[in-house]
Amino acid sequence: MKKSKAFWVFSVLALVIYAVVQGLISVGILDLYYQNILVQMCINIMLAVSLHIIIGITGQFSIGHAGFMAVGAYFSAIATMKLGLPLPVGLLIGAGVAALAGLLVGIPTLRLKGDYLAIATLGFAEIIRIIFLNVDYVGGAAGMVITNMTTWTYAFVSVVITILVIANFTNSRHGRAAISIREDEIASDAMGINTTYYKVVAFAIGSLFAGLAGGIFAHNFFIIQPTTFGFLKSFDILIYVVLGGLGSLSGAAIAAIFLTIVSSYLAEYPETRMIIYSLVLIIVMLYRPSGLMGTKEITSLFKFGKKGGSQK
Amino acid sequence: MEWIQQLVNGISLGSIYALIALGYTMVYGIIKLINFAHGDVFMLGAFIGFYAIARWEIGFFPALIIAMALCAIIGVVIERVAYKRLRNATRIAALITAIGVSLLIENVVIYFRGASPEAYPEVLPETSINILGVNISSISILILAVTIVLMILLQFIVHKTKIGKAMRAVSLDPDAARLMGINVDNTISATFAIGSALAGAAGVIFGVYYTRIEPLMGVLPGLKAFIAAVFGGIGSIPGAMVGGLSLGVVETVVSALGFSLWRDAAAFVILILILILKPSGIFGKNTREKV
Repeated sequence: MKKSKAFWVFSVLALVIYAVVQGLISVGILDLYYQNILVQMCINIMLAVSLHIIIGITGQFSIGHAGFMAVGAYFSAIATMKLGLPLPVGLLIGAGVAALAGLLVGIPTLRLKGDYLAIATLGFAEIIRIIFLNVDYVGGAAGMVITNMTTWTYAFVSVVITILVIANFTNSRHGRAAISIREDEIASDAMGINTTYYKVVAFAIGSLFAGLAGGIFAHNFFIIQPTTFGFLKSFDILIYVVLGGLGSLSGAAIAAIFLTIVSSYLAEYPETRMIIYSLVLIIVMLYRPSGLMGTKEITSLFKFGKKGGSQK
Repeated sequence: MEWIQQLVNGISLGSIYALIALGYTMVYGIIKLINFAHGDVFMLGAFIGFYAIARWEIGFFPALIIAMALCAIIGVVIERVAYKRLRNATRIAALITAIGVSLLIENVVIYFRGASPEAYPEVLPETSINILGVNISSISILILAVTIVLMILLQFIVHKTKIGKAMRAVSLDPDAARLMGINVDNTISATFAIGSALAGAAGVIFGVYYTRIEPLMGVLPGLKAFIAAVFGGIGSIPGAMVGGLSLGVVETVVSALGFSLWRDAAAFVILILILILKPSGIFGKNTREKV
């Protein structure tokens, strides 16, 4: 009952946000520059939320998320540019291939733990990037030219789908199994939870939505290059999740929105931006290692319209 | 003969990896932290060496020693400021902090001097020695000699001195070491100092050998040195040496076979294979899962 209420509240909220922004765009208040920032915000939210399911919910430390984004970007671009398919089909293909890549990478590496898993995912992401760098079909180092097809509508619909699926996964039986792995893997194994299965499932879902974000990203710009998807991109995504709070979906989304705005203002000073990013990362880890929101969700701050306030 | 030539190149590259890998493996052995900032200490070493040789016009060996000393100080500062509070934090928090420190060092360097590369001055006349029909450049011999001397020195420090004994004790069991009256904090700082000094030396050697340095040069060698450390068995000092040298040779062979664009992938493929087949590495000990 309560969950379905949350679902409807979220849906209505999403519709209202969409209507308002779409209205502003059609009136002409939001010009192309702001629309671009909005689309980037959507992409970053998707990336953050899709990494949140891997790190925040399942507790598997992956620092190679940009690799799956690259898979989604390149395969959706191949579908639309080389095969002439429409954009939604291209996005689906990109997301599907990214999920497959997630399965392929996840099955061998998720046996590893902690630091080793982190390094292995980083290694896989680099391998994926180097493969795209060496395949001439997708343009190699020069990159692949792509028509700009993403609109605010595509980006927003994708974000809503991403958040709905991942929120529902988290609240389901599977999600609770994943959370138990995060809390104590050995104990959840002893309770009869198939830990490998849930880890791989969470990894594949995360990769799927990273691929979707990659597809949107690829069609938002005129060119994609392998260098875009290096480990700096993975670290960017990691920063959203960590800053928002490991285990908080709304935290990850808020951090993604906030940092997108900050970085669009600092776009002309990339070094300053990175210095601020890294300082924030260090300071948050030293003084508030659980991130800004901890494992709390924003919904637990206001209990649906009732008098809220912060519940500590 | 071509192949022996490539082998020599591989060993030169591998000894740079080995020097960096030693720092990784020592730090990991003692506080179980992948010090991502280690590759950037290597970069700082290269730049300190560059400024020492090109601007202050001092010789190669004094520059090497200055770079090592300054890097040791930088390493201790990083440890004291960023990592010390995280001794009891989760592994993820420590790892993220290390990534943050790494990004911070890179971008502070870019902020102050720009991202443009710098050409290392020539420190040795470009001569090559002909041994049995193989041309070995003087720089390769210098690199090898410096590496061997540093490694012997390290073995001496770890096995014959008091601080080395303390380091081995802390890496075995920090709590027991503290009960035995060992100053664990100082020992960890000493480990960072030694590891960072080796990375600084590797930086200067890298600059002399490849003649091109830039602020982001530490990222990839840093990762590869970590791979070398894992390959040799993380926490094991001979493992880091063997792992570094083998990785250098493998990379050079992959390049020589005509797959130079795949060179970086080779290292990561090795990493994944070793992690899946034998995660404890060549010289590593197996640890059993404890509840």
